[in-house]
Amino acid sequence: MLKIESITKIFGGLKALQGVSFSIAAGEITGIIGPNGAGKTTLFNIVTGIYDPTSGKVYYGGKDITGFAPEKLARLGMVRTFQGIELFGQMTVLENVMVGLHTKSQSGIIVSALKLPGHLREERHIRERAISWLEFAGIAELAHMKAANLPFGKGRLLEIARAMAIEPQIILLDEPAAGLNSRETSDLAMLIKRIKDSGITVALVEHDMELVMGICSHIVVLNLGHKLAEGTPRQIQEDEKVIMAYLGEG
Amino acid sequence: MKFLEGSMKQELMKIFVFAVAVFTVPVFFKGGYIMNVLVFVGIYTILAVALNLLLGLAGQISLGQAAFFGLGAYISGVLTATHAANPWLAMVIAVIAVGIIAFVIGFPILKLKGHYLAMATLGMGIIVYIIFNETIDITGGPSGLPGIPNLSICGIIFNSDMKNYYLVWSFAIVTILLSINLSASRIGRALRAIHDSEVAARILGVNVRLLKAQIFTISGIFSALAGSLYAHTVQFISPASFGFNVSIELLTMVIIGGLGSIYGSFLGAAILTLLPELFRTFQDYDIVVYGIVLIVMTMFMPGGLVRGIPLLARSLLAKVKSGPPTERRV
Repeated sequence: MLKIESITKIFGGLKALQGVSFSIAAGEITGIIGPNGAGKTTLFNIVTGIYDPTSGKVYYGGKDITGFAPEKLARLGMVRTFQGIELFGQMTVLENVMVGLHTKSQSGIIVSALKLPGHLREERHIRERAISWLEFAGIAELAHMKAANLPFGKGRLLEIARAMAIEPQIILLDEPAAGLNSRETSDLAMLIKRIKDSGITVALVEHDMELVMGICSHIVVLNLGHKLAEGTPRQIQEDEKVIMAYLGEG
Repeated sequence: MKFLEGSMKQELMKIFVFAVAVFTVPVFFKGGYIMNVLVFVGIYTILAVALNLLLGLAGQISLGQAAFFGLGAYISGVLTATHAANPWLAMVIAVIAVGIIAFVIGFPILKLKGHYLAMATLGMGIIVYIIFNETIDITGGPSGLPGIPNLSICGIIFNSDMKNYYLVWSFAIVTILLSINLSASRIGRALRAIHDSEVAARILGVNVRLLKAQIFTISGIFSALAGSLYAHTVQFISPASFGFNVSIELLTMVIIGGLGSIYGSFLGAAILTLLPELFRTFQDYDIVVYGIVLIVMTMFMPGGLVRGIPLLARSLLAKVKSGPPTERRV
């Protein structure tokens, strides 16, 4: 599905990633873990077109997508969420998801200004689809609330619902459990499993080990810009190098 | 944001009531100087709505709106006064030409954000202003371009304030209607998304660069329309009407009325056009007054009058109900 081939990223003098390679298998949940500063978010930013890599390639379904802009990747079926949640704060919850359906509709600027009949039909369709995605994420009752006023945990769910609205083939979640309490985290785990069950490939960067070990079938460990290990949750838990990296060499 | 409050049916009702109110106004005044001022309120309403689409909806600043206003006026003026073109044809050419210019400038310039975009658009305004002044063979330079003909339709020549009022306000109401439609559409939603988080909009597949250039173009087109109407109603244009202070005046109108509120832009345009008429003494200090108004508004009523006044009324009402405020004890 997604193949990352010897990605290197250098910021000034800082080597954030050095020759990292691994693959994400279709239809599975892959976790990317590692201590702070390991380069996890940088890797996500490269894959999703926010940064260009210094060297290396990203392949998506066999196609070289290195350096593709985020909006182009969205049209190819790749979407992501952000560590610090990026909502459209001044818009309602429902409208946030409706923006997610932007690529699923066509009305241009002139058709919209003249409000031609086709546009109205399309709007109704977008609204209905958006509501069903809110139901999917379990936040339909908050549809008319301003997104900026949402509690943090619900904001997370909204961000995922909005990403799902583009009907992606792969979704990359950047620390989805950060800032959530244990109950919210278990709700999130359920939601991620539902996403996987609907046939969508999931990749997630996460610090919450319980969540990662519980839902991922494959785990990649990064440390200081290098790939340290990869394997099943069990293999990772027993890996000497991983234990060293997390507990320190003392 | 005010854009999506209430259903579309309510929006249509609102614009209908607004249009009826606008078209009955002349009945009370029966001509006179006030009608002349109200023609300008109409022209500035179009301009303020145009800027509001860019600033209130998409969150992109422009300090050079007067450039598009002026280009619309000069293209229309030169084509008719110098080349004896049909005024309607001149208006269409002006609007299309400015649309193309706005797109060509907008596409690269809108890569910039915040202060940098403000400076770049400011530069655009200044350059265009200099062109109006210096290309004397075409524009007549600082002394202006006289002899621009009125518009006419089916033998009616728009040559009085009363007729121009109906002309300008017809265009203003169409502008408002189109802007409200646009704001409530898929495109308007994408623009508001850009306003709140550009990166999130891109991740969801919104073509941010193209949309920003498009709304900049629409804003330019409406401004050029206002410019053309100005040229054909006033019949004389000079660079002074399209300088930097006009861009600031437009910005003040949008902020007084309320960012993102289309009717707020009308309110801002009305206040800033009518007030100087009442306080003639401010004339030379207008830019100072606008500056003070901008500071006071952003500090105490950031939502503009459209949102600020209902809030103020509610809190005053609450105070009246709960009796006089008790003295605060230390």
